[in-house]
Amino acid sequence: MKKDYKLYLTLFKSTFYLSAFTFGGGYVILPLMKSKFVDELNWIEEKEMIDVIAIAQTSPGAMAVNASILIGYKIAGLSGALATVLGTILPPLIILSVISLFYTVLKQNLLLNALLKGMQAGVAAVIANVVISMTRSLCKDKNILSIVIFVSAFIAAYILKINVVIIILLSAVSGLITHFVQKRNKRGGKQYNLS
Amino acid sequence: MPLIQNQVVEINGWLTMDEFIDLVTIAEMTPGPIAINAATFVGTRAGGLLGAVISTIGCISPSLIIVITLAWLYCKYKEMPIIQSMLACLRPAVVALIASAGLGIVKVAFWGNSDLTDNSFGINLTAVILFAISIFILRKLKPNPIYIIFGTGVIGMITYLSVR
Repeated sequence: MKKDYKLYLTLFKSTFYLSAFTFGGGYVILPLMKSKFVDELNWIEEKEMIDVIAIAQTSPGAMAVNASILIGYKIAGLSGALATVLGTILPPLIILSVISLFYTVLKQNLLLNALLKGMQAGVAAVIANVVISMTRSLCKDKNILSIVIFVSAFIAAYILKINVVIIILLSAVSGLITHFVQKRNKRGGKQYNLS
Repeated sequence: MPLIQNQVVEINGWLTMDEFIDLVTIAEMTPGPIAINAATFVGTRAGGLLGAVISTIGCISPSLIIVITLAWLYCKYKEMPIIQSMLACLRPAVVALIASAGLGIVKVAFWGNSDLTDNSFGINLTAVILFAISIFILRKLKPNPIYIIFGTGVIGMITYLSVR
């Protein structure tokens, strides 16, 4: 890939649009980043994108900013990271500087409220769509360990409401354990299929 | 958020508690990451445009340093077998976390904001129908998700306002 100004411009433009048009937290912007950089531009593999999300979640700070730093760095190094960070923080900076000047008017705006309420359904659908495709590609590997981790992590997060960082650390530790178990089994001639 | 409140309202007195509640509302309903929105808002109120720029920079600098270090490590060592098996276990967990957050958002879209729901059972039928249509279009035609979000926003706005 040529590292010319066009690449940086695309990085900046993509993150700028994503940041300018996504309402809500990091979980809304991440699926959009996936469909932009993985499905549309093909700059990042789906597996790498999931790694990016894992790192973004465990690091301090806003998840969307972290993810955009990682994506920028992965594609074009340090200056790529700067381009994506700028793209991510500029829209809120501009929009909020304007809004904070007359926010009382906007707060009671019925039209805006109805628009945002309608958009919730769309946002929910976009996220559900990404979850469906990610779960499908997970099940395609037919790896029992991943499915066990998926189910237990889901229960831990959704029902037990355990902290995200703890869940990620625990699954990383289980990765370490399987690594050493596998190593030992290799000597014994037995091997589990891990992908 | 509780940390921001402590710093901004109690320690430095830049905002009143009422203003802080407004801040949370605005940070959530404007596009972009919530923490950045909050930082910009506080910055503007306390020190104008310069304040906004400075508080945003302050907000992202720690993550910039930490995440770039992690990104560098990731790019350098991701081929190692031990890292590979760790990542193999992380991926399903991350998908589960996104699924969990997604389910939360679906719940808010279907049952949240009771003032705008259009029947007495609490479930928002407009949202359910919009959701079903959007999922169908997303899976069949694979359009840019931003169009879906704006489309549902506009259709939803018309429906909610005409019901009223």
